[in-house]
Parts: sequence; C-alpha cells; structure tokens
Amino acid sequence: MTLRTLSRATAVSAALAGTLALTACGASNETSKDSSGAAGGAAKLSGTINGAGSSAQQAAMQGWAAGFSGVQSGVTVNYDPVGSGGGREQFLAGGVDFAGSDSALDDEELTKAKERCGDAGVFELPNYISAIAVVYNLPGVDQLNLKPATIAGIFAGKITKWDDKAIAADNPDAKLPSTTITPVHRSDDSGTTKNFTDYLSKVAGDVWTDEAAGVWPLKTGESGNGTSGLISSVKGGEGTIGYADESQAGDLGIAKIGVGTEFVAPSREAAAKVVEGSKIKSGRGEFDFAYDVNRATTSTDEYPLVLVSYHIGCVQYDDKDTAGLVKAFEEYVVSSEGQQAAADAAGSAPISDNLRDQAMTAVNAITTAG
Amino acid sequence: MTTTNAPQTQPPRAVRRLGDRLFAGSARGAGVLILLVLAGVAAFLVIDAVPALVAPAREVPGGRGVLPYVGPLLFGTVLAAAIALVVATPLGVAIALFLTHYAPRRLATGLAYVVDLLAAIPSIVYGFWGIVWLAPRLVPFYRWTEAHLGFLPFFAGPASVTGKTMFTAGLVLAVMVLPIITAISREVFAQVPTLHREAALALGATRWEMIRMAVLPYGRSGIIGGAMLGLGRALGETLAIALVLSVSAGTVTFNLISSTNPSTIAANIALQFPESSGIDVNTLIASGLALFLVTLAVNVIARAVVNRRADFSGAN
Amino acid sequence: MSQTTGTLLSPPPVTGGSRRKGRLPRWAAWAVFGTALVLVAGIGLPAGLALALVVLFTGVLGTLALYVLSRVTENRRTATDRLVTCVVVGAFALAMVPLLSLVYEVVSRGIGRLDGEFFNSSLVGVIGEGGGAYHAIFGTLIITGLTALISVPIGLLTAIYLVEYGSGRLKKVITFLVDVMTGIPSIVAGLFAYALFAIFFGPGVRLGIAGAVALSVLMTPVFVRSAEEVLKLVPNELREAAYALGVPKWRTVVKIVLPTAVAGLGTGVTLAVARVIGETAPLLVTVGITNATNLNPFDGRMATLPVYAFYQLTQPGVPPEFAIDRAWTAALLLIALVMALNVVARLISRFFAPTTGR
Repeated sequence: MTLRTLSRATAVSAALAGTLALTACGASNETSKDSSGAAGGAAKLSGTINGAGSSAQQAAMQGWAAGFSGVQSGVTVNYDPVGSGGGREQFLAGGVDFAGSDSALDDEELTKAKERCGDAGVFELPNYISAIAVVYNLPGVDQLNLKPATIAGIFAGKITKWDDKAIAADNPDAKLPSTTITPVHRSDDSGTTKNFTDYLSKVAGDVWTDEAAGVWPLKTGESGNGTSGLISSVKGGEGTIGYADESQAGDLGIAKIGVGTEFVAPSREAAAKVVEGSKIKSGRGEFDFAYDVNRATTSTDEYPLVLVSYHIGCVQYDDKDTAGLVKAFEEYVVSSEGQQAAADAAGSAPISDNLRDQAMTAVNAITTAG
Repeated sequence: MTTTNAPQTQPPRAVRRLGDRLFAGSARGAGVLILLVLAGVAAFLVIDAVPALVAPAREVPGGRGVLPYVGPLLFGTVLAAAIALVVATPLGVAIALFLTHYAPRRLATGLAYVVDLLAAIPSIVYGFWGIVWLAPRLVPFYRWTEAHLGFLPFFAGPASVTGKTMFTAGLVLAVMVLPIITAISREVFAQVPTLHREAALALGATRWEMIRMAVLPYGRSGIIGGAMLGLGRALGETLAIALVLSVSAGTVTFNLISSTNPSTIAANIALQFPESSGIDVNTLIASGLALFLVTLAVNVIARAVVNRRADFSGAN
Repeated sequence: MSQTTGTLLSPPPVTGGSRRKGRLPRWAAWAVFGTALVLVAGIGLPAGLALALVVLFTGVLGTLALYVLSRVTENRRTATDRLVTCVVVGAFALAMVPLLSLVYEVVSRGIGRLDGEFFNSSLVGVIGEGGGAYHAIFGTLIITGLTALISVPIGLLTAIYLVEYGSGRLKKVITFLVDVMTGIPSIVAGLFAYALFAIFFGPGVRLGIAGAVALSVLMTPVFVRSAEEVLKLVPNELREAAYALGVPKWRTVVKIVLPTAVAGLGTGVTLAVARVIGETAPLLVTVGITNATNLNPFDGRMATLPVYAFYQLTQPGVPPEFAIDRAWTAALLLIALVMALNVVARLISRFFAPTTGR
C-alpha cells in the first residue's frame, strides 16, 4: 500500500511538473541586446522607466522603446496602455514615472501634481500628434467631401441616407447610392472620441449640441471596441462611417473634411501644422505645453481634426537615476529620429521644429530635486 | 456524486493528539479563509461603491445618478443572459440526452470530451470568433427577420449591417454556457437508477417514452440547477461581450437585431475602467456590486434547486 | 465534469411498442435523409441557396418526412420516438458547428505565425513583422503556476474540512459561500485583487502575484467543489478500518483518504487550472502588459497570453496585420494549452484509475 501510494504521488507530481515546466532559454531578441552597445556619444545609462496611459500611444511607444534601446541599450522602457485616465492617476499617485495622456491635466489634477512633483511642477509635451480620419465604407464612392455640419448631422443621426442633399451638394461628381448610413462610434471611453466630439461641438455647434466627451454621448449608431473594433465594424458593414487614426484606415475610404471653403484630406504635415498654429493654454507651468487645438482654422494646409497626446512627467524627480532616464528618453522622443520612429510604428505626425525646440527647453530642465 | 456513502458518521473521537488538532485547525482555517476572502470582496465592493451612491446625481456619468446609470446596464446584462439561457437550455439537455442515451457508448466518451472542451476555451477566443465568424454570418438572417418578422418588437430593426447585436451576443453566451448545462444534465441523466429505466422499457415504452417517464422527471431539478449555473456564468461574462456587442449608453430596448443595444455590466466595466478616474470608478464599482448581488441571488436559487435533487435522490 | 459517471448503461434496446403494423428497415432513415438532401440541393443550389441553409433544410425536411413515413407505416409512438431521435441528434450536430468553426477559425488564422520566432522572442524592439510571445508564454505559466500554488493547498484543506471535519452551521455556511464564490464575475475578482495590493503598494501597482491572487479567487472554489466530490467518493470502510487500528484521524486523512483520491484530485487541479488559464479581464487590471520578459512575479508588470492577445488585437500598430496575426497565434496557443491540460487530466485519471474497490 505504502509503496503504491508513494509511486503514485511521485508520478502525479512528475506529470504536473512536466506540464508546467519548460526549459528556460531566454528570449532571443533580448539576449543579443548587450553586445550592441550604446550608439552615439551619450553617457551609458541603465535601469527601467515605467510609463502608463493612453492606449493611442501604445504603437508609437513600441517604436520609441525600440529606437531608444538602440541609443541606450541598458534601459528598459515599460509602457502600460491602461488608458489616459488610468495613466494620469497612476502618475499622480507615484505609481509610474511618466504618463501618456490624450488630454492635459485638469485643474484638480494640477493641484495633485504639485504634491507629486513639488513646486517645479510638471512638463506636458504634445509628443504624439495623429490625424483622425473620417473613414467610410461605400462601394463605388472613392472620394467624399464632407462639411463639418454634414459630419455632425450624420453622426447625430439627422442625415440618414447617403444620397441626402447635404452630402450630394458637396459631391457633385459622386454617384451616391440611397444606402442607409450607419455611423460607427467607439464603445470604450477614448481620447479619439473626445477629440472628435470636441471638433464637432466647436465647428458645428448648432448641429452637434453635446459637449466634448470621451464616452459617446448619443444613443444612436453602431459601436466598436477600440480603434480596431471600430475599423472592423466599418469594414464589416456597407454604408458605414466612423472616425479613427488615419494610419489605421487601411483600404477604407477617407473623407476630406471642410476647412474654410475648401476640403482637406488628413495628412501628417497638415496635422502637425494645426497644432503649431494653436495656442498654449495660459496660466499653467513654465513647461506645461497643453494646447487648445484651433479646430476652427480656415487655413487649408491645416487639418483640424487631430488627436494630441501628451507625455506628462515631473520637472524634478526625487531620484537621480529616474531623472536621468526620463530626461534621456524624452530627449529621444522629441528628436527627429524619435518622431520618425513613431511615424513608422504608429503612423503619427512628426512634430514641427518649432515644437521640438520648445519641448527641448522642458527636457533640458528635468533635474533631480534638492 | 452523492450516491456513494458520504462519511456522515462521526468517527470516534477518543484519541485527540496534537497532530490532529493542528490538522483540523488548519483545515478549518482554510475554510474560514475562504469566508474572509469573500467578505473582503463584498466589503471592497461596498466601500468603493458608497461614494457613487451618495454623490450628487449630476456628478455621476450620464448626469442622472447611479440608478439610471446602472439600470440600463443591468437590463442589458439580464437580457443577454436570458437569450443565452433560452437558446442553450434545450440544446444542452438534448446534447446531454444524446450523450447518455443515443450515442454509441464508445463514441459518447469522446464526444463528451469535445463538449467539455468548449467550457475551457478562453472567453477572449469566443469574442474573436464572435466578431469574425458569427456576426457577419447572421446579417442576412437579421435582414430576413426585419423584413418578415418586423411586427414583433424583438425584430423591429433597423437590422444591423455588421451583425454586432444583442442577439449575436446572446448566441455567443449560449455557446459559452452550453457545456455547463450539458455537463450537469449529463451527470444527473447518467444517475437515473437503472431500475427505473429498465422498468419503463420492460413495459414496452419506446426510448423517448422511457426518457420522458423516467429520465426527465428525475433530472428536472438538475437541469434547472445547471441552467442557473450557466446563467451565473453568462451574467458575469466580460470580454466576449465587450468585443461582440455594439452598445449605446443608457439604452433600454427589446429590439434584438439593431446596432443600438444596452451594454452589460461586466463589459461596461472593462470598456470604461481604463479611462475612468474619481467618481466614475466608484460608479463602475457600484455597477459591479449590482452584478455581484444578482449573481449571488442566481446562485442561491440554483443551490436551493439542486439541493432539492439531493433530497430526492437520497430517497432511492 | 465527471466523465466517470458517464454512460453506465448499455444503450437501451431499439424501440419496443406494439407492432400492429410493420417496421421500417434500418436503412429507411438514411434513405429518407438522402432523398431530402438530393431534393433540397437539387432545387436550392441552382436557386443560390447557401450551403448552410441546404444542410438545415435537409435536416428539417428529412425529419418531417421520416415522421410522416413512420406514422403511416409504423405507429404514432414509434413515430414520436423517431422524431425525438432526429431532434436530439440534430441538436448535437448544431452544437458542433460553433466548436468546429471556432477551432477552424483560430487554427487557420493562427497557424501562420506558429513558428520558432514566436516561441523564442518577445516584443522588445519589434515593430511590425516578427516578434513573439516568449514573455507572455512564461508569464502565463508562472502566474498560473502561482495560482495553483495558492489555490490547491487552500482548496484541498477546505475540502478536507468540509468532508472530514466540518459539521453544523460553519460547514453549511462554507459550502454555500464556496458556491457563491464560483459565481464571482472575473472582472470583480480582478478589481478586488488590485484594490488589495494597492493598499500595500500604492495605486497603480502591477504585480504578477496580484494576478495570481485574482485568479486564485476564481480557481479556489472550483477546486474545492471537485475535491469535495472526490473525497466523498472514498469509501467509509477505509476510514473505519484505519480508526479501528488506532490510527489518528489526521494520519488517516493524509495516508489513506488522500492517496485513494489522488487521481480525482489531480484531474480536479488540471481542470481548475484550465478554467483560469484563459482569464483575461482580471489580469488586465492586475498584471498589465510589458514587451520585455519579466520572470519575477514580485516585481512589476508581466505579459500573459490572454492579455497579450487582447492588446495585439485591439491596439495593433502600423500596419495592423502583423499584430493581429500574433493575437490569433496567441489564442491558438491558449487553446492548445487548455487542450493539453485536459489530456493530462484524462491521463491522470486513467493511470490512477480508482482502485477504491467496488
């Protein structure tokens, strides 16, 4: 009896161990990292910085983390795409070193930021700019011009057919079918929705009566979870229209939106340009570059429907290593290589030289407290 | 299960040694620990929900207070789970009958394994499957129902063009709870005393008559219990719904085939939690508390029903 | 659930019933369905009927035809019996549709990236093509292993308490609350674990162990339930024999009861692990995600397969195809893991088949 029990027990544990244990061998793409060495003349740093926040920045952050590891091979950059609100909260609570956020800190959060970072306050850098495209799926219609009021009407459910007069008036050459329009919005709370509704309320306020909000305020229309869910919904139905990062539009139709009297297609240059032409919110810290995007621009080389996502961090860190790491990372992010890396990885719009110079003043100011 | 002699008899308690006391103590401790964890979960939910409950109505998301916020979500949760149950219960019972009374025995073992496998497939995979496979295939069906059954409130339309509707979500949930209902029904069907069945057959009953007279009455409470446990799973399902369902905040509708649907509590938490802060989080947790209470009630009912069966079978 | 209590009886004899009229030959059913198929396909396919509808209509038509035929040549009762048989078999076939399509979908979309690179590299420095889930595979194994490490002792001791020691109200309360616990929505368990760890480590904490705690809240009750059933199956005679020999109770449990039940316990553990290994929502809020390999569950974020799949699908980079491919491969790997665990459970219960006598 004892013998049998014993052998049985051993066999069970062996079986369990067999299922759970795998030979550890290390990820091949990580082990080679040390040999590559630091490129460039910068001092070699090592350590880990943690960021959290906007999921819109996730893809760009992959690009930055990858590119940064080429400059500073000893540094690991972790980024948790928990969402902008979560990122700001974690940053303010000291859980992460920096936050990625689709909107700047509000007044209440700025007060908390004083506790987190001391009197030197925070920096907020508009490091990720992305054009939001109005995408549609309507076979036979390759080009579409939409005035802001028309877009607002469609998403508010007031324009329901593709051959509506309002649409036809701006598209004299297109053969518009009488298909029902299915507007698609994001089902999750998102910065994209917030920027889109902000745009609608500012430029088409008489049609779009709701305020800017991260959660879709209306009860009409179809929804998709995240950018990919929205895109797949637009792709999956006929006569659908939605809004998403221009880079994710794929082979869907992209509408030109009305700016002034012209129609402008989303592009990186036009997106970067509108931010440069916008005003910084006043009465905030020296390095707090929070923007009020000029949605109502009439300049036709600007595309006002953009998402601006910030990097938020402390100007002074208690920990010397952290300060150095954040400084080096942000320096890379705002550099033209960094912005190009994000453009390659996420299709974002590289910031202009003026914005870069402005951001570098903040980067250079990052120090250790005391 | 309960058919074998459970150790109800109190063993002799003559020898009380240190080892005994330690062992009994740690066993009891483990049980109590479970109580503490559950109490912890409940306490956490209540504590974090309170700020939302006492907050002025306009600060809560939606601007009309917690109840108007949670109400539609609760409605959506129950509706999706109800569809799942209506579809899955008859199917699950039929499958259990097939496995216990129709399929050749060798085949039945393998097939039962396959059905069990459905239970273990991660819910996120169901979500993937729901959006790429199921939803597009249901679009023609929705068009058809809108055209021909549109007079019923359930199919009033307009039919969704992507198929991401409440009905689709209910079907995905149905597939997810099917194995639970099947497993429990199969277990009680297999326990029907051989004598009952043979007696029915000896009287000249056909297979169906035997099932109707001997198997189903015996298994009824087991079926109900299984359905209730399936309901519990369906109520709490998160990511499959978040991926599959097209939602609009605050909707309450019985229209199953349009793209405007109420969300469910669990899916709503997953969708809104990341971008939430402050009172929004408390509101989400308050909705979690509501979900917890509903699942609690369902489980209490399920247990009560299943335990009745135990009394019943004990009589044999 | 318990496969062992499966079909105990041999299938009942083919229908009884009075046979005033004749009986349909065995091939009749096949013939009826064959004719129905030819009819439906012949009329429907040229008219552009979808293949799925052809099968569906064949099933319905064949069932009705068989019923009518049986009513005419046999009797009402046999006809009803045949009808029910058709319905039951049809229901089973219907249930196979989602399973097969699901497995097919996941395999066909996931197989493309099931290569060496997927298993031996992480996502560090990966943009677009390539990359793997090395870090997520190990994250899942470590966190699930920890979950089992927490849940199994607690669950086993609780089951022992319920079966061997418990009595009175405490036992009833615990039994009931364990059942309640099985109904905790997984996202609630995740939020709970997050809140618990946030108390000690501050907000924004992300630890592998926190994920393991969240999963334990889900796994423990499942394991308690199965362990309880298995322990109850150990015959009382064995215990009584041990007591009669003067063996103390705790030694009886450890040396007699547990070894006897080891097969069932092993199955219970593996099935409970299979149940939680694919949980996404609780890990999303407790463990987070990282691109690098982190094998230390007490230090920072880890990647896990379900969360990895979720983020690769919902937050793909540019172009999105590569990340979406990785998501499907991760899903395929999860299913494969779960299947492997199920097979292990079967093997355990086969190799250590109950030697409990009778």
